[in-house]
Amino acid sequence: MIEIFAILAIPLAGALLLAVFGEREEAPTVNVVVCGATLIAAAALTERVISSGPMLAAGKLFFVDPFNVFLVALTAFVGFTTAIFSRPYMRIEHAHGRVTAGRLRLYHSMYQLFNFTMLLALLTNNLGILWVALEGATLATVLLVSLYRTPESLEAAWKYFILCGVGIAQALFGTILLYFAAEKILGAEGGALLWTELNAVKGQLEPTVLSLAFVFLLVGYGTKVGLVPLHNWLPDAHAEGPTPVSAVLSGLLLNVALYAVVRCKVLVEGSLHNAFAKELMMGFGLVSVVVAAFLLSRQKDIKRMFAYSSIEHMGIMTFAFGIGGAVANFAALLHMTVHSLTKSAIFFAVGHAAQKTGTQLMDGIRGLITLSPLIGWGLVLGSLAILGMPPFGVFASEFLILTTAMREQPWATPFLLLALGVAFAAVFSKVQPMVFGETTAKRLPARPAMLPVFVHLALVLALGLWIPPVLAEWYRQAARLIG
Amino acid sequence: MSAAPLWAQLINLLAAVLLLLAFAMLAQRRVLTLVELFAAQGFALACSTGIVAFATHQPHLYWSAGLTLALKVGLLPWLLLRMIRQLDVQWDVEGLINIPTTMLIGIVLVVFAFNLAVPIAQLANTVTRATLGIAMASVMLSFLMMITRRKAIPQVIGFLSMENGLLFAATSATYGMPMVVELGIALDVLVGVLILGVFFFQIREQFDSLDLKHLERLKEGE
Repeated sequence: MIEIFAILAIPLAGALLLAVFGEREEAPTVNVVVCGATLIAAAALTERVISSGPMLAAGKLFFVDPFNVFLVALTAFVGFTTAIFSRPYMRIEHAHGRVTAGRLRLYHSMYQLFNFTMLLALLTNNLGILWVALEGATLATVLLVSLYRTPESLEAAWKYFILCGVGIAQALFGTILLYFAAEKILGAEGGALLWTELNAVKGQLEPTVLSLAFVFLLVGYGTKVGLVPLHNWLPDAHAEGPTPVSAVLSGLLLNVALYAVVRCKVLVEGSLHNAFAKELMMGFGLVSVVVAAFLLSRQKDIKRMFAYSSIEHMGIMTFAFGIGGAVANFAALLHMTVHSLTKSAIFFAVGHAAQKTGTQLMDGIRGLITLSPLIGWGLVLGSLAILGMPPFGVFASEFLILTTAMREQPWATPFLLLALGVAFAAVFSKVQPMVFGETTAKRLPARPAMLPVFVHLALVLALGLWIPPVLAEWYRQAARLIG
Repeated sequence: MSAAPLWAQLINLLAAVLLLLAFAMLAQRRVLTLVELFAAQGFALACSTGIVAFATHQPHLYWSAGLTLALKVGLLPWLLLRMIRQLDVQWDVEGLINIPTTMLIGIVLVVFAFNLAVPIAQLANTVTRATLGIAMASVMLSFLMMITRRKAIPQVIGFLSMENGLLFAATSATYGMPMVVELGIALDVLVGVLILGVFFFQIREQFDSLDLKHLERLKEGE
């Protein structure tokens, strides 16, 4: 209980504090400290859940089970490492004159607020609050995407706001329909939006209403996941915002949105007893994988390219959750973890690479390895990891997903293999000349933070070689829970 | 439903007003009138929520009605009018498609929404279930408005009026969402409009206009 309170209160207090002092010299450090405190609270909560199992708190308003506790830990961890990365990154941006002191204040405050909304979305038991928190996460990041105030970043932020706003309005309608079905059974007072209550009576919920609700929920939250054809906002928002924001958008927000979809899928599946929800998710997932893989090769901007790669990986996860069952869910949860770690590591490396060369266009980035071996190797290893090379963790999860698909949905395997192959060719052929070749890089006014990159990659490597029993047990429990 | 009580008829009347206002917004060329229509729609929504609250003795719906009144009739139109005055964009509405065509598409959408609502409305045990189709129709009309308008402020009004339709759906199908959720939604809408306000000035500063045709540089696959 106290842990949950701390996890939510620390970033919120941090947001208020940084809204006042966010432009000071020491603000980036405060940002790191606040994220560190959140991480400690999340670790304490994790510890509590390991020792005493799932729990409900504050009159059933919050709940923690194996499915959300690992996402809370992951969110707090990546939030913390991104804050470490953002410290030198934003200092360099400030020194280059791309952001003013006032905007740094906005940036730091919104960063904490964004963390708060994501953690709230994960911890709440109320599907209405989940909606409110996800909308809050959009609002917190809109001004971050337009932080540089260039025409492109304004356009990206506008697109992000309008598309996600419309999408999330669909999700609200889905939530209303869900409430409508639940209210008949649980009554208006009986917490008809509480997930745990809904899960207990999911067999009695009216199937027609729930299938309609799921369409709205999937389209709504799917917009935030970045599923094709609702993905239009995602590459723009990633490419035009500051890099720490791209890292948390890709690494965390997409996960949280997918988490919302999966929570709803559990309820709908329990009510419908047919493959409707499964097939919808598999379809959306597969289309996203294939379309994103083919668009990868056409990108010129490095952050846009990795944004498309995020769409591809979210598609893989959506597809795997769609297949369902113990193995596919296990693989999807593992993939969520390793993708989040790898993609944020890549964005850290990309951010510093773009600062060093002064451009995000891949044609302008050459020979990173000569001037800065750390950034160069970070980018190469990160790209290899995200492309699913063994022995990294992404290989393990993709392998599991592919073998399950072969067994249960054989028709889908050729598409998946094709997409993975195309993605490999596209990304590797672009990363290779950026890292090797003649150098164009220059010196930076502050030392880049490469530690988070290698910590993330080491974790991904470790997860590829050996999954700790505690984590594996969680994944297994969560996979059973999702069904 | 042959001898519906007076208050049920009143709600049906207000639902019709809501739909009519959605059409009026779709046809409106002047941005100031658009804001007034939006405020009127908010007023109709608040009235119908109040009547449902009175008839079904749901005290939390009074709060919801009060919140709608304060936010949708008072604060948001005031904020929007202030922005419009500061930005000086009174004559700013231009559609991508001409108005008669938009209206025809709107009629098709209404028919579609009514058909979609039939199976759900049959399941509802609220007295106001007949209005669910209207709520869905006004959501779709606002959606259409967002698609067909090229300027920033009409798009936002479309967005807000979509939210009106959703709240109306919530009241007519389920007698409203739990209070904590409604408060959260209201907070999100308010913050959203404030952020948009900041945003308008940024766009204006950058392009010297609020025409979204300037925002077409980023293309897929580049």
